[in-house]
Amino acid sequence: MADAPQGDFLVLSQISKRYGGVRALENVDFSCDRGKIHAVLGENGAGKSTLIKIIAGVVGPDSGAIVLEGRQRHFANPAAATTAGVVCIFQELSLMPDLSVADNISIASPPRRFGFIDARAQRRRAEELLAEAGCEDVNPLLRIRDLPLSRRQMVEIAKALGQKPKLLILDEATSALTSADVEKVYGLLARLKARGVAILYISHRMHEVDALADRASVFRNGRHIETFDKGARSTAEIVQLMIGRDIATQYPPKPKRPRPQPALKMLNLGWDNHLSGISLEIGAGEIVGLGGLDGQGQKTLLLALFGVLRGVTGSITIDGRNTRPGSPGRAKSHDIGIALVPEDRKTEGLMLPMSVADNLTIACLDALTVGPFIDARKEAKAIDEGVGRLQIKVGSTDDPVSTLSGGNQQKVVIAKWLMTHPRIILLNDPTRGIDVGTKQEMYRLMRELADQGAAILFYSTDYDELIGCCDRVAVMYDGRIVRELAGDDLNETNIVASSLNIVEPQAAGGGHPGREKANV
Amino acid sequence: MTAIAAILKPSRDDRPILIAALFIVAILVAGTVYTWHRFGSAPLLSPNYLLQQLQIGAFLGIVAAGTMLVILISQIDLSIPWTLTAAAMMATSVGGPWAIPVGLLIGLIVGVLNGLGVAYLRVPSMIFTLGVNAVMRGLMVAHTGGFAPQTGATEFMRTIAAGRILGIPNALFVWIAVSLAVAVMLQRTVLGRAIYAIGNKEAAAYLAGVNTKGVTVICFALCGLTAGLAGVLLAGYSQKAYQGMGDAYLLPAIAAVVIGGTNILGGRGRYLGTLVGVILIVLLNSVLSIMEMPEAGRQVIYGAVIILMLLVYGRGERVTS
Amino acid sequence: MSDIAIRVRQNFAFLTAVALFFVVYLLYQLVHPKGFSSAVLVQNSDEVFTLALVAMAQTVPVLAAGLDLSVGALMTMVGCFASYLLTGAPEGTPLALDLAGFRIGLGTLPGGGTGILFGALICLAIGAGCGLLNGAIVVYGRIQPIIATLATGAIFIGVALFLRPQPGGKINEDLNWALTNSLGDFASTVHIFNDGAAPWFAPFAGIPTSFVILVLILLLVWLPFSRTVTGRTIYAIGSAEGAAYMSGLDVKRARVAAFALGGFFAACGGLFLAIQTSSGNADIPQAGAYTLNSIAAVVIGGTSLLGGSGGVLGSVFGAMILRVISFFFRVFDIAPLLQPLFEGVILLAAVSIGAARVLRVKNTLELFR
Repeated sequence: MADAPQGDFLVLSQISKRYGGVRALENVDFSCDRGKIHAVLGENGAGKSTLIKIIAGVVGPDSGAIVLEGRQRHFANPAAATTAGVVCIFQELSLMPDLSVADNISIASPPRRFGFIDARAQRRRAEELLAEAGCEDVNPLLRIRDLPLSRRQMVEIAKALGQKPKLLILDEATSALTSADVEKVYGLLARLKARGVAILYISHRMHEVDALADRASVFRNGRHIETFDKGARSTAEIVQLMIGRDIATQYPPKPKRPRPQPALKMLNLGWDNHLSGISLEIGAGEIVGLGGLDGQGQKTLLLALFGVLRGVTGSITIDGRNTRPGSPGRAKSHDIGIALVPEDRKTEGLMLPMSVADNLTIACLDALTVGPFIDARKEAKAIDEGVGRLQIKVGSTDDPVSTLSGGNQQKVVIAKWLMTHPRIILLNDPTRGIDVGTKQEMYRLMRELADQGAAILFYSTDYDELIGCCDRVAVMYDGRIVRELAGDDLNETNIVASSLNIVEPQAAGGGHPGREKANV
Repeated sequence: MTAIAAILKPSRDDRPILIAALFIVAILVAGTVYTWHRFGSAPLLSPNYLLQQLQIGAFLGIVAAGTMLVILISQIDLSIPWTLTAAAMMATSVGGPWAIPVGLLIGLIVGVLNGLGVAYLRVPSMIFTLGVNAVMRGLMVAHTGGFAPQTGATEFMRTIAAGRILGIPNALFVWIAVSLAVAVMLQRTVLGRAIYAIGNKEAAAYLAGVNTKGVTVICFALCGLTAGLAGVLLAGYSQKAYQGMGDAYLLPAIAAVVIGGTNILGGRGRYLGTLVGVILIVLLNSVLSIMEMPEAGRQVIYGAVIILMLLVYGRGERVTS
Repeated sequence: MSDIAIRVRQNFAFLTAVALFFVVYLLYQLVHPKGFSSAVLVQNSDEVFTLALVAMAQTVPVLAAGLDLSVGALMTMVGCFASYLLTGAPEGTPLALDLAGFRIGLGTLPGGGTGILFGALICLAIGAGCGLLNGAIVVYGRIQPIIATLATGAIFIGVALFLRPQPGGKINEDLNWALTNSLGDFASTVHIFNDGAAPWFAPFAGIPTSFVILVLILLLVWLPFSRTVTGRTIYAIGSAEGAAYMSGLDVKRARVAAFALGGFFAACGGLFLAIQTSSGNADIPQAGAYTLNSIAAVVIGGTSLLGGSGGVLGSVFGAMILRVISFFFRVFDIAPLLQPLFEGVILLAAVSIGAARVLRVKNTLELFR
């Protein structure tokens, strides 16, 4: 472990934190300095979130010291940390949807006149900060509720800038941004770095970390494993540090099979002004990916197939039969057999206060009954099978599912759906925010399910995943499918090009056209 | 979990039930001390007295059973007072063999109406059932001319409500039947599981394929049905229906459900708790009445007991990140 | 999109309520035989005032994603206090409570006008204090507002019954006259503006005093409060409580303040009701009716029961709409037996109007917030 050099901006010594019986952090020594972008890496459950929460004043450590600018600190709440110059942008946004952008940006200490909030000064301040963050097109009067997710995240960044950070912490802060906005954020971080701000950056996206970080620290099981400078470690070495074991291949092999009969066929699917002319076929045993920039209709397509949307036009054919599921209840029924692993596991995939057992069986209860009653033995058997099949790490299945780690929670969601024996599985960005180890398990599982005959439609924001897992990828832009890629055509260059709706595909190896600033 | 384990190491859902049971004992003790001191007797401990209290409690208990279902799915039914009254009034108006079915039917229809408004029109239940309550009141005032209906309860109604079999009040049997049905439904059927799921996270339940609209309508329908049943029984007990007879049942029913450990926001709670909550409220009322406490004092004690019990249960979660 | 367009779209529900009110009220005045006269305006204003204030009292906790089921009871209790404190009796008159046959002496009040002012301030303080109690139970007791205020409502009504087991008490006649009529009468009672005869005063003389008081409360209490950080925090809590905490806002203080302000408004309503009826009346059904009507007024006025959006002004219009509907019954001479039915149907229709929007929602997931 590197010794913390004198004069570092933030020095943590021997920080420990327990939650009940779980050791979230153990004797962690950590430091970061001004004018550097410092990445924090690690699986879910490694302690990154807890580390960040302690630095940002959300929770207090059980033991150990926090020294900021040479003085020992004790933050009673987030406001205290902010006053000391520590500003954190969390994964869950800290914006109030019903309040305006201007209100949100100056929420805690607005400009005042005679004790009352000065609306005009507040608006000017918002305009300045939005410009600095690179989204001056946002009208400060708009309510957050009326903005798309990527704009909201930019407002969150503007808000953080307004708190004059000396240490800026970004926790997966770019996950919902369009690539144009991501570039702006990179530029902003570079400017902040030049101004001497210390930056802590948590991300699961290796290419981002490669691009940005000057230093990186790896955490595993609550311990600080190693800190190293940019370029000192290869990606494979880093991943090994994170999971502590060797990984041979990242993705399971794709079988070479002739194109199967379509299990699910969409013809000219349309909805509102979000989807139009979607025609796509997915065969039993195939994994088809949905690619493209965020917000181009991929999630909408999955919802449309699952019966959540009203007024869907076009036709859906399943196993040769024309169907239109009118609700998830109909979609999951035996004759249609669709399952959807939704976008947000905490609000859409799970009932957090309920037990793991209840969450596992909620979708397939009809199959576990004897007469009008639930058969306890059938239920117990199904639960055991579900936990075993996905290797869900859980103390007792009667524990609330909220006590599980993110990766295990996602496993519960998937296990729940596997119990309905679906023939078509829709996955809405299932690996977002999940640690590397669990991701690998999911890739293997997907291929296994496909080999057993399921037709899988897989939306991911990670190009590597799409290329690694899918037999074919349909890239969407503006609610349409602009390109289908398969075989040798399935590479990052083509995906990126189609995502930006660049008509002629560039030759592979001709640089990264997606990184050029194209107006999206 | 065995009963002994439940008492020694109560789970989160069991704790309120135990505490409420303790409070019942405390009330009985306090009341007995008072009556011993004042009258030299302990009427509170006589089985006849307790049976009579349970008989009165049956009406509240039946209403509370339906209320609990609606609260479990994060909704509320403020139309109970006039649904109950309307069922009672129409039952006595119609008379004859159709009296009871008519009363129950009214409860059912109002319940379904509530359910449709909340599930399909997505009007917040608090305000929709408020409106329905006002409409039911309007209908009854128009129908009866503002007075109590002249016709009385049928013989059958009186028997069910006030009669006894083997010394046990019939109303109690009805309450027990309703309780068994509700408890079994919640614990052991798909509908019961769906109710808890919706109360915890309606979006997740919907995406898991639960028919959230259907379940919502069913819960409100059952709540209306229980209100109608209570109205019919109450009319039988008092031998007639009268204006405003349902007003005294709404808030105590909600209080009983919450005291019994059901979370007012839905998703958590056991029926046994509601049962205990009803008994506690009925006993409290009758002890206060024996003490000849004026209405003013009763209200204050009633409110204070609810707050005290909720404070003792252990409070809600603190809001952090 | 221009700034004005944005503001209109954001306040759409409120503007609808305002428009609805004006249409309905205009209709009423046109149909009324003595329409557009000062006398009718005064009568209408007096009848609206208490409900408007109780609706305002309900709005503030609702904005913070809560509910206050004790507003009617609180209003009633303060009214009973007022019937003791606002008698305007001369200096030295003993103040006493009649309690189950016992007389409890409470000392004496200063006499005349000062006594009335003092008494009114005490009443308002009681209201705010009880609101504070509600807030403390909810925040520090961590009990859900619905059930906490259900319980405190019972306690307040109990206290009201202690104070006035029978309706009684007395309010100073001048006070009653001054506040329940037009500004001209107010001026002549209080002997200002040349007893109301001053020429520059003439166009204002017909404005109902109660209306002026309502506007003053809005301008001097609500408007400044909503521009403070605490006021904005109330909206923040209703919108996203977790995010509000993470942003460093004092969530606890704001929530307690919301209930306290609600208590203050309810006390204003109770004071006026006592002055208007010249007595203190611990009327339990009436208290319940006010509470439930306040919820209806809040919803009709465009405030979301989930919190975070809407405002007190909307609830005032909601209360006015509710009252005007009952005025219509008088004018159209609808059979009194049918009035409750009409009221109920209109209430149901009014709150279901918002449902029309819901029927057009195409993504079912959006229905579950």
